[in-house]
Amino acid sequence: MVKEEKEIANRPDNTAFTQQRLPAWQPMLSAGIVIPGFVLIGLAFIGIGVALFVTSRSITVLEIDYTGIEKDSACFKCSNTDVKNCVCNLVFSIDSLFEGPVFFYYGLSNYFQNYRKYAASRDDEQLSGDLDAFTAPSDSCSPYDYNSNDKPIVPCGAIANSMFNDTFVLYRVVNGANKLVPLDGKGIAWWTDYNVKFRNPSVTPLKNAFNNTVKPIFWPNPAYQLDASDPANNGFINQDFLVWMRRAALPDFRKLYRRIADGEYAKGLPAGNYSLTIAYNYPVQSFDGRKKVVFSNVSWMGGKNEFLGIAYLVVGSLCVLMSIVMLIVYAKFKFPEED
Amino acid sequence: MFRKRPPPEEERKVRANDREYNEKFQYASNCIMTSKYNIVTFLPVNLFEQFQEVANTYFLFLLILQLIPQISSLSWFTTIVPLALVLSITAVKDATDDYFRHKSDSQVNNRQSQVLIRGSLQNEKWMNVRVGDIIKLENNQFVAADLLLLSSSEPHGLCYIETAELDGESNMKVRQSVSVTSELGDQNNLASFDGEVVCEPPNNKLDRFCGTLYWRDKKYTLSNQNMLLRGCVLRNTEACYGLVIFAGPDTKLMQNSGRTKFKRTSIDRLMNTLVLWIFGFLVCMGVILAVGNAVWEREVGFLFQSYLPWDPPVDNFLFSAFLSFWSYVIILNTVVPISLYVSVEVIRLGHSYFINWDRQMFCSQCNTPAEARTTTLNEELGQVEYIFSDKTGTLTQNIMSFNKCSINGQTYGEASDPLGPQPKRLDFTPFNPLADPDFCFYDDTLLEAVKVGDTHTHKFFRLLSLCHTVMSEEKSEGELLYKAQSPDEGALVTAARNFGFVFRSRTPGTITTTEMGRSVTYTLLAILDFNNIRKRMSVIVRNSEGRICLYCKGADTVLLERLHPCNQELMNITSDHLNEYAADGLRTLALAYRDLSEDEWEAWSERHRSAAKAASCREDRLAATYEQIEQDMVLLGATAIEDKLQEGVPETIAVLSLANIKIWVLTGDKQETAVNIGYSCKMLTDDMTEVFIISGHTVQSVRQELRRARDRMIEMSRTRDGKEEGVEGCFMGNGFREGQGDSRGGEKQLQCPPPPPSNLMDNISGEFALVINGHSLAHALEADMETEFVSTACACKAVICCRVTPLQKAQVVEMIKKHKKAVTLAIGDGANDVSMIKSAHIGVGISGQEGIQAVLASDYSFSQFRFLQRLLLVHGRWSYLRMCRFLCYFFYKNFAFTMVHFWFGFYCGFSAQTVYDQYFITLYNIVYTSLPVLAMGIFDQDVPDQRSLEYPKLYEPGQLNLLFNKREFFICIAQGIYTSVVLFFVPCAILSDATQSTGVPLADYQTFAVTTATALVIVVSVQIALDTGFWTVINHVFVWGSLGLYFSIMLALQSQTLFGIFPNQFHFVGSAQSTLLQPVVWLTIALATAICIVPVLAFRFLKVDLKPQLSDTVRYTQLVRQKKRKPAGRSVGGAWRGVGSVSEGRLGARGSSRRSGYAFAHTEGFGELITSGKNMRLSSLAMATFASRHSSSWIDTLRRKKHSHTNTPPSASGESSPAPSCVSGSIPPLSNSSSVLCGSQDAPIEEETGAAPDTQTASTSSTQNPPAPAPASEAADGLAQTLNAGVLTPAALRSQGGDSPGGWTISLGAVQEALLRWKGRASASNSPVKLAE
Repeated sequence: MVKEEKEIANRPDNTAFTQQRLPAWQPMLSAGIVIPGFVLIGLAFIGIGVALFVTSRSITVLEIDYTGIEKDSACFKCSNTDVKNCVCNLVFSIDSLFEGPVFFYYGLSNYFQNYRKYAASRDDEQLSGDLDAFTAPSDSCSPYDYNSNDKPIVPCGAIANSMFNDTFVLYRVVNGANKLVPLDGKGIAWWTDYNVKFRNPSVTPLKNAFNNTVKPIFWPNPAYQLDASDPANNGFINQDFLVWMRRAALPDFRKLYRRIADGEYAKGLPAGNYSLTIAYNYPVQSFDGRKKVVFSNVSWMGGKNEFLGIAYLVVGSLCVLMSIVMLIVYAKFKFPEED
Repeated sequence: MFRKRPPPEEERKVRANDREYNEKFQYASNCIMTSKYNIVTFLPVNLFEQFQEVANTYFLFLLILQLIPQISSLSWFTTIVPLALVLSITAVKDATDDYFRHKSDSQVNNRQSQVLIRGSLQNEKWMNVRVGDIIKLENNQFVAADLLLLSSSEPHGLCYIETAELDGESNMKVRQSVSVTSELGDQNNLASFDGEVVCEPPNNKLDRFCGTLYWRDKKYTLSNQNMLLRGCVLRNTEACYGLVIFAGPDTKLMQNSGRTKFKRTSIDRLMNTLVLWIFGFLVCMGVILAVGNAVWEREVGFLFQSYLPWDPPVDNFLFSAFLSFWSYVIILNTVVPISLYVSVEVIRLGHSYFINWDRQMFCSQCNTPAEARTTTLNEELGQVEYIFSDKTGTLTQNIMSFNKCSINGQTYGEASDPLGPQPKRLDFTPFNPLADPDFCFYDDTLLEAVKVGDTHTHKFFRLLSLCHTVMSEEKSEGELLYKAQSPDEGALVTAARNFGFVFRSRTPGTITTTEMGRSVTYTLLAILDFNNIRKRMSVIVRNSEGRICLYCKGADTVLLERLHPCNQELMNITSDHLNEYAADGLRTLALAYRDLSEDEWEAWSERHRSAAKAASCREDRLAATYEQIEQDMVLLGATAIEDKLQEGVPETIAVLSLANIKIWVLTGDKQETAVNIGYSCKMLTDDMTEVFIISGHTVQSVRQELRRARDRMIEMSRTRDGKEEGVEGCFMGNGFREGQGDSRGGEKQLQCPPPPPSNLMDNISGEFALVINGHSLAHALEADMETEFVSTACACKAVICCRVTPLQKAQVVEMIKKHKKAVTLAIGDGANDVSMIKSAHIGVGISGQEGIQAVLASDYSFSQFRFLQRLLLVHGRWSYLRMCRFLCYFFYKNFAFTMVHFWFGFYCGFSAQTVYDQYFITLYNIVYTSLPVLAMGIFDQDVPDQRSLEYPKLYEPGQLNLLFNKREFFICIAQGIYTSVVLFFVPCAILSDATQSTGVPLADYQTFAVTTATALVIVVSVQIALDTGFWTVINHVFVWGSLGLYFSIMLALQSQTLFGIFPNQFHFVGSAQSTLLQPVVWLTIALATAICIVPVLAFRFLKVDLKPQLSDTVRYTQLVRQKKRKPAGRSVGGAWRGVGSVSEGRLGARGSSRRSGYAFAHTEGFGELITSGKNMRLSSLAMATFASRHSSSWIDTLRRKKHSHTNTPPSASGESSPAPSCVSGSIPPLSNSSSVLCGSQDAPIEEETGAAPDTQTASTSSTQNPPAPAPASEAADGLAQTLNAGVLTPAALRSQGGDSPGGWTISLGAVQEALLRWKGRASASNSPVKLAE
């Protein structure tokens, strides 16, 4: 009796787990699954691809480079860095109705917002309204943390300092007269940026929070005066600032500038001539950069994106092709069924 | 005085009782230390050892890099936490191990021994014993150091030792002191003994000692016969005194214990190499990116300074490039994350637990489960190519049992129908109160025969009770204890005892027995002792009525020739019985007697006396006199003794050899015994083409023998191949088409016929076996012979090394490791196997047999040899498979993960900007992707366990290292890089222009990061889902759980709450929500996944279809079978499961008859010992003054005989040594090289199996006549005949063989049918030889 008990003590447990006999699903790449699977995937991809391609085709995009490198460019005169407060006029025409809502982007190329040091050159505590960080910006902002007089820069860092500051005014030329097209600058930034990530210090007036600090070196105005027209759109929650602070992943990028959705333009931009007045402030020639403006409308899947549709079509067709190949191979070298 | 340098000790001088003198030489003390650390040195030494690991140093280096702010592209915590974890886990493990070593050391060092100090005996710890001390040993004590035996309580300074710890031989050995010291007697005299010993320096030769004792101006030669070695146990001797010559580490025991080495698996080594390569790869990537950075900084960054000025310390592009190099080294280091090492350990631990938990490796008799004592070697179990096995206690139980006998033409002990009810074990006690209760016999007809008083039966057992050299000890009335020098004899005497002929006691001149309850005393007139040439022993006794009788037992081959002609008929019947017994793998002996008249005895006795006194050629003259009297005997019958194999040994060996594992038996035992066991455990078979025996004593002869064997093999295989070409079918496994069994590796295909030979020796097609003796092995292991030996031995299917020392065992293993680059496994149970167990890649200890030294030194332990097949074919195979799949996937997923940074480098100015969030980088390896791959690494199965045993060929990919090697590694890496390309460029192409439906562009960095990371996690999850072949609940939970975890952790880390607390730490706030709501993002992820996975899927499908591996096929058929709901298990499987119960550790029947020579595992000399009375206790000797007739030292005789017997010509009767005896050591000097075990066959198969006596006459093949080409061609004819006759399976052959196929045979046949690629050669050329009589 005692012996039996002892034996039980040493004998390993007879469970499915310890004996490695857990019930298990053992998939096998059999022809019955793989070949129809490939056909199915292929057809699905082709279907999606067609849908995407068609949708993408329906989207209109208007892109105009205004860097002014070329002599015939309207902004050629402004490309000289010596010229201050240069304004140039870009005239273009739309043949048919540019269906709305139309989005107005500015684009930069050869611009490295994704460079590691550039990306790190900011102080998130400062940008979240922490007053301590106003007086003592983080080291990561260097060399844009203090000015030459050792005054803290707010907002500090290279990203903020290099904020894009060209401004655009769009006119529709109706019978020779310029009619202002209203541009909507609200809600062009991420909701979380506007509501969570970037906060102004809870000091009223806002200006007082910036006492004993200086504006970024490249900025014409301090942060609390970014938008003279709308007092609520100032400080760190200024929409243009937020858009700029959301760094681009790639060196060629575009950022949303304004929406054209108000009043008579809600259906889109009617055919006709337009004039874009550009306050040309932002120098890019020194590093071979390019600036452009882009007008585009969107569909359910966002802006124009032909690559996506084509890629889906290609992958889908390859899947179907592959399934045919596999079928032939399978028919020829059938896996031994019952040997 | 000149100073002696201690290190290369040339000669050792020891003066007894003079510590001051001996201290001069600074000999090692008797303290042993096997531990590695102490408390102070632990931390530095252990850390030092750990940082010798490439990986650990590498991570330390990375850590340092990360602490430099200019370089750090990742937070330091991504490296230090795992590193510290790994280091501390290892340290704790090492500390525990060392603690146990300390404990066992101190236990040994603190054993007490009695040391003679200044004339009195004092108790001293072992560690305090010094060289030159005289210590007293008592019965059953361990010898504390290597001692020179000075005197003993027994007469003539004799003492007995058991050397099982040293060499594994369990019989007792005799040691004798030099006569001058044996006279010293008591301790007072010994205290004043001041002799000086000059001897050889410490060495590891167990059987050799040479030195000189200088005492009182006289010289005495010392030999091994005077030495008591540490590790031996004193037996049957009250006490003895010895002088310590070698102590502690200098003792032969310690010198013989191989160094403890840290064992690594080949995967470990490969992994370390790969890590180095990857490091090189990393440097290359770093250099490319740094060059890129230099160019970029010069061309673009310099101009871009208006927006991004260079850091003050970075004032030029070259320095920037330099820093960028190190930054990239940091972010790309995740190609080898430290979690690789942790995961590997976890997986191995899991596998070890599965071994511990396996109920099918649990022995209920000894109540021991299998134990994985080392947790780091599991996958190597799946790659074993060579098994080195001990014999005694490993293959055999070391129990001899009297199994059958033939008395006067009547056979007894026939096992009844194995399928019928188990016969009842006979109970002897009512019949015989003196019976041994442990004795097993099942045939009650024999007992009846004894009871009715059948004279032959009585004579038979009387002979067994008289003719032996067993000593008895009767502690109390009726409680008999036999001390047999060989277990065979013990079994025979015990059998006689149980059948009523009880051997009670003996004096030098008498034997007292109890015959059928009546006490009888015989006068012992002579013992005609056993030796290897005579292969028999006789006693001449005078019974109480004064009749003189000679009783003889011996090998049938010798005995049957010496019978009186009137025995012819009986001889034929007995001979048949002997054949049957031998075919059953039993060890047989024939028994005969002869009545002598007083005159005959007197005359012979006179001749014998003069022969014994002869100064020259005493041996030969004695042998001649023995020969004279052992004539005209009357046959009594034969005995059959079973050397009980452990359960399932032949099956295990058969399965393992089907798995292409070569098995070598290394035993300290005698050649005959070893060969016998080789046959009964199926290592050697009668189907073998040839068995070579190497027993040369000189380098030249060994070399010659090896060469001859090799030439023969090449020649044989050439003739065979020539005949078989074109006919030979090509069958893999169970008849799959050629090519299906091909390795995954493509190049290393396991095709048959094998590719044209690059090396002739690799292409030997016959089945050969090699038997090599210890002394020959010593030569074969010499540096210049090694290659020769290896090439010959490795071409053989089975190799048996006999009479090997523990160190030689280790040397053999080392040699194979060195020359073959193969994974070796050593299995043994005794202390003598420790060095072999330690030096093999994997050491397995059989627990519960001879003590625990072997188990302590082993990596795995269990209690039955047969568990080895499960350990290797199931656990080992799975472990290997899982580890390989794990590694492949692991490298893949990390390359896919890391290389994205490389591509991104080209778009971010080579600034070492990471693509992903740093939390993702930290968690990717330890949270998001670790569990599914761990689950696969622990639980995956390609085929179920019983299939692995059914199809041993499934084991081969492991041996050929096909599942994970450099090629596979590059494939994984290529796949990883491909995935990384897709994962970077697809989002890059799509997102750069894409916008949300609100018009906000998607090309911002955080969206890009989240998209890529999500795509990555999904792709690698799909990939692991594809790789997992065995989806248990755990796999489901882990795979789906990891995906779920990824999304929840990401959402949590990017939540507003966390950002509110640490705004500086969580930059990604809101990205997940914002990104994952975009359909474009999901379309991107789907596209990337499809592009990554679809080609893999197609490739795998095509591979399974075009080039399936055996495992695929097995898996497929298994699934098909499951679907069709056929009853599980094919006939093969069913047969397998039945095996264990049917064959009780014994081979049922061999296909043909092969008569085992004789059963004596015995050395000669004991007869002389008995008659001289030297081994009789004074107390037990009736005649204390008995004068020995052979007063000349019998030990000298013994030694002389030992050295000479193999060279002595065979007995003069011109016996033609038949097949079995040629492996038994009596090889004539002329042909004592590679003797032919099995010659050719003269009769056709059908007749041969008839086993009628008249067909036995034909064979004349003897050792002197190696088969000439003629038999070979005959064999070929036979082959052609069989092939013409149609398909002949091995099973068919077996049943044709006519011997009753036991359960074992059936199953083996079935397995072979299913698995062997049968070459149609099974019978023709190598049929066995009938006994010539």
